[in-house]
Amino acid sequence: MKPSIHHAPWRGLLPWALPIFILMTWQASAQWGWLSTRVLPEPLAVGKAAVRLAESGELFAHIGASLWRALAGFAVGGGLGLGFGLLNGLSKPAETLLDSTIQMIRNIPPLALIPLVILWFGIDEEAKLFLIALGVFFPVYINTFHGIRAVNPGLIEMSRAYGLSGWRLYREVILPGALPSILVGVRFSLGLMWVILIVAETISAQEGIGYMTMNAREFLQTDVVLLGILLYALLGKLADLLAKGLERYWLRWHPGYQSHH
Amino acid sequence: MRSDVNDEDELHGAHSPGQRSGVTLQITGLTKGYAGRSVLSAFDLTVASGEFAAIVGRSGCGKSTLLRQIAGLESADSGAVHYDGAAQTGLHDEMRIMFQDARLLPWRSVLANVTLGLPKAAYQHARAVLTQVGLAERTEDWPTILSGGQRQRVALARALVHDPRLLLLDEPLGALDALTRIEMQQLIESLWVQRRFTALLVTHDVAEAISLADRIILIEQGRITLDLRVDLPRPRARGSAAFAALEERVLNRVLQQPDVQPVDSVTEPWVLQGFNRFRWAI
Repeated sequence: MKPSIHHAPWRGLLPWALPIFILMTWQASAQWGWLSTRVLPEPLAVGKAAVRLAESGELFAHIGASLWRALAGFAVGGGLGLGFGLLNGLSKPAETLLDSTIQMIRNIPPLALIPLVILWFGIDEEAKLFLIALGVFFPVYINTFHGIRAVNPGLIEMSRAYGLSGWRLYREVILPGALPSILVGVRFSLGLMWVILIVAETISAQEGIGYMTMNAREFLQTDVVLLGILLYALLGKLADLLAKGLERYWLRWHPGYQSHH
Repeated sequence: MRSDVNDEDELHGAHSPGQRSGVTLQITGLTKGYAGRSVLSAFDLTVASGEFAAIVGRSGCGKSTLLRQIAGLESADSGAVHYDGAAQTGLHDEMRIMFQDARLLPWRSVLANVTLGLPKAAYQHARAVLTQVGLAERTEDWPTILSGGQRQRVALARALVHDPRLLLLDEPLGALDALTRIEMQQLIESLWVQRRFTALLVTHDVAEAISLADRIILIEQGRITLDLRVDLPRPRARGSAAFAALEERVLNRVLQQPDVQPVDSVTEPWVLQGFNRFRWAI
C-alpha cells in the first residue's frame, strides 16, 4: 500500500486543524485587545459562560427545551412525510389525488407562514411544532415518494416470481430499495429542522436556546449569544452525524457507503 | 414450513432421478400482442417431463415473450399454458425463472438472497445449494462485490433451492464473458443431470443451445420454424465434428432471411420515389 495522506495515523485529526487554528487566532486577538468584546468575546469567555450556565442548570433546561421541540416537530412532520410518501409512491390513485396539492403547498416557504401560524396557534409551543413539522415534511415526503418509484421494477418482478407479495414484498424489497433516497430526505430535513427551530424560537419563547440568546442580547451578553449560536452548530452537527451513522448502518450493503477495508 | 430433516430428504431425493420428475409443459394456441402488434399467434409447443429444450431466434422473434407467458409473468391474449395437464394462470410454485441480469437484492447477503421467500429453516439447505454452485465461501458477502458470473451462480442457487420442477432460463448467460459462460453452462448441465427438472432455455447463442439442450426450437416471427432433436452424448465436446455440423446447420437456418423482407426493402424506395415525384409535379 502506498503511504499517503489518507492513511497517516493523524488522518483523523486533520479536519480539526483549521478550526483549532482559527480558535487560537481568535483567542490571541481578543487577549491582545485587537478585538472588542462588544463585537466578539474571547473564546475563553464563551467557555466560562457555558460553565456558569451549566452549573446553574439553566443551560441544560434550554437545550432540553430546544431538543424536545426539534425532535417532536421532526417526528410529526417526518412521520407524516414518510407516510404520505409511502402511500403516494405505492398507490396511483392516492398520488393523483394528493401529489399536486402537496407540491403546491411545498412552494410556500414555511417561515412565510409565521404571521398566520401566530394567529392560529398563538405564540405557544404548538406554533413552533407546526412550523418545524411543516418544514421537515416536504424533504421526507419527496424523497420517500421518488425512492419508491425508483425501486428497480426488475427486482419487484423477480420477488413476485419467488413468491413474495403484499406486506413481505413491501418490507423486504420496496422499503429497502427506497431507503437510500429516504435517508437523503431525512438528512436534508434535519438541517432544515434547526433552521426553522432557530427562527421559531427567536419569535417568542420562555425557554430554549433561542430564548437564551435573545435574552442575552437584551443585556449585551455577547458571550451567551455566541454560546447559543455555537450550541445550534453543535446540535446540527450531532444530528448530521446521527443521520450519517444511520446511513452507514442501514446502507452498509451500498458500495457508496462501505467503509474502507 | 419445512424442517431441516425434510430439507435433507429433498436434497437426497433430488440427487436420485425419477423421484421428483419435471413438469410436462404444454402450450396450446398461445396468442400475445403488444399495442396491436402480434408477437405470438396460435403458438403450440409441448416439452416433455425432464427435457432440456432451447429456444433460439433473432431479437424480437417472440422468444422472451413466450418465456414470460410460460412463467405467468404476463397474461396471454388467448390460449393456455398447462403444467402436467393443468391450466396455469399466474405464477406457480414449481416454476422458477432466471433472468438475463441476476436481479439480486443488493441489501441482502448472498445467503439471504438465496433464501428469499423461504423460512429460516431453509438456511441449511440454501448453504448446501450454494456449495453446489461453488459459492460456499461467499455466503455472507454483499452481491455488489461479486463478479457477473458469481451473481448468476447466486441466481441459479436461488432458483434451485426451491427444487423447481420447471426451470425457465431467459438468456441468463448473455451478459457473461466467453469463459465464464462455458463454466456456467457446465454447471447448469450437471445440476440438471442430477435433478432432472424440465428446463427451457431462451438464447441467441446457437452453440450454447447445442451444448445444453436435448432439443432446439427455432422461432421466427412468433412461429416455430425448426424443431431439432440433439442426440449428441453428454457432456458435449464443442470441438467435435458432429457438434460443429449441427451448429452450422442451425446457424444457416437462423441466418436465412425470410423472403418477404428483401422484396419489401427493394420496392419501398420505388414507391416512395414515385410518391415524391408526384408531389414535385404538383
